[in-house]
Amino acid sequence: MMRGFWSVYRKELYLVFASPIFFAVAFIFLVLNGYFFYSSVAYYNMVSFQAGQNPFMAQQLNVMDVVVRPLFMDLSIVLLLVAPLLTMRVYADERRTGTVELLFTLPVTDGAALVAKFLGVLSVLTLLLAGTLPSMALLGFLTDLNWKAVLSAYLGLWLLGAAFMALGVFTSSLTKNQIIAAVLSFGALLLFWVVSWMSSVLGPGASRFIEYLSIIRHFDSFSKGVLDSRDITYYLIFIAFFFFVTLRQIESYRWRG
Amino acid sequence: MIRPDPLKSESDEVTAMIEVQGLTKFYGAVSAIQDVTFHIDKGEVVGFLGPNGAGKSTTIRILTCYMPPTAGQARVDGLDCVDKSLEVRRRIGYLPENVPLYNEMTVRRFLRFVAQAKGVEARAMTREVDRVISVCGLERVKNRIIANLSKGYRQRVGLAQALINNPPVLILDEPTIGLDPTQIVEIRRLISDLREDHTILLSSHILPEVAQICQRVLILNKGRIVATDSPHALTAQLQKSAKIALTVQGDGERLARALEAMDGILTVQLETNGHSRITLETDRSRDLRPEIARKVVEEGLGLLELKSMDLSLEDIFMQLVTEESPAAEGEREASETAEEVQ
Repeated sequence: MMRGFWSVYRKELYLVFASPIFFAVAFIFLVLNGYFFYSSVAYYNMVSFQAGQNPFMAQQLNVMDVVVRPLFMDLSIVLLLVAPLLTMRVYADERRTGTVELLFTLPVTDGAALVAKFLGVLSVLTLLLAGTLPSMALLGFLTDLNWKAVLSAYLGLWLLGAAFMALGVFTSSLTKNQIIAAVLSFGALLLFWVVSWMSSVLGPGASRFIEYLSIIRHFDSFSKGVLDSRDITYYLIFIAFFFFVTLRQIESYRWRG
Repeated sequence: MIRPDPLKSESDEVTAMIEVQGLTKFYGAVSAIQDVTFHIDKGEVVGFLGPNGAGKSTTIRILTCYMPPTAGQARVDGLDCVDKSLEVRRRIGYLPENVPLYNEMTVRRFLRFVAQAKGVEARAMTREVDRVISVCGLERVKNRIIANLSKGYRQRVGLAQALINNPPVLILDEPTIGLDPTQIVEIRRLISDLREDHTILLSSHILPEVAQICQRVLILNKGRIVATDSPHALTAQLQKSAKIALTVQGDGERLARALEAMDGILTVQLETNGHSRITLETDRSRDLRPEIARKVVEEGLGLLELKSMDLSLEDIFMQLVTEESPAAEGEREASETAEEVQ
């Protein structure tokens, strides 16, 4: 059972690194991270000089608010763009090449294979986030950073990314075309992102529900350094839900052949 | 009949390694197979024959737990393919049609992946992978990327993958399709070597291949089993008349007429193409060749060839597949559509 899981997990990681998509995605992700980091730090630098003449402004000035939070918000948008590119392969390509027949007839349960595939792409996400650590370390070296708040922001970004990937794995199981899988997952994620825009139009009950659905609302508290169990639960439920529908989709795929 | 080792099997009652009963599969409203029933004993090598779209792959996919049947039961080593799916999968080595492989991997890495998925222990892994590499003759390419392999080597990698962990049952879907003649011979030899200690179900639509390797054939047409027996028995059973081929020098017109009048000859067909080729269908009860030879000499023609032709598996196959009620026509279309749907 566990051996089956590990075999699929290792295979997934191997296929990720065998394809150029990962390297393109990692390159873009890190370049954008560098740009956003540099621009926020430069802005912080400029505002700090101005604050030298204005003591009231200096009180308000906080590296978390000016550098770290905007940076993590920017990174969450980049993740929205790249997560579908990392997940589009997982089932769609197996279906396109026919290896799905091999995978589905090996003594590995559908659930174990799904979790292995999900953790495979999640490991890639972890690697991408680890790639942003040097810039944080540099910032911590230059100023006093609230590391607890930074770690909380990282946890939030990681959970947000994991939710993106759970949905991406699901859309990948729907089709044998990777592009379609990516487009579906990007569209659905964007919808989960902007769903809260409707809240001002709707009645109070519906608007609260819709605010709760918004995938990015739950990220806010993390980036403020607050760990709220409701937000963690939201992401875990989101992931569990898409695991469930992916398994149903695979079952239906098996029936249809 | 060889009874399976009671220690290895789930129950002593089991005599068949593969048991299929009333198996039916619908894709939407069209049926791919209907009420398919057969069994394969331990150690048998059975050929699964049928035209394209007859439902061979569907049956195989149900047996290998890739898809569940709409109705009926399939059991491998006494274990149900739906309820005990994982157990069944552990007992089967499966070579799917078109041999899907992870192209980005090297042969060795791919085989290690399969070995791990099949639950081979880490300590035994290298030995097991090396074993299948040597059985399938993959030493030369074991560190190559699969995408760069020739079709013949891909097929062997597929077979090597099926052999990992030495499963008692091998299910091979079209193992020689798309190979060149030398490769076909090699793969066939490989399969023949394997029959010592495996139960093998082999699908094909190349008849001589099946006649060579298999002890028994199952013929599937339009989703139903139309015959099951040894190739030899099938020939005997279906051969209502004997065929004799005769080639003579010169004009065979008169000879043909003379032969037609002969006792025991049913039909005469004449083809003139430089020489005259005459195909005769005769009564099976006696050998008419000496009398025919005498007739040729009487006519003053040169005898070039005279031989009796056995019905080939191909003839039998054609006979079974075309011997059909008109009502079955619609079903064929249905099963062809089903193939496309897949």
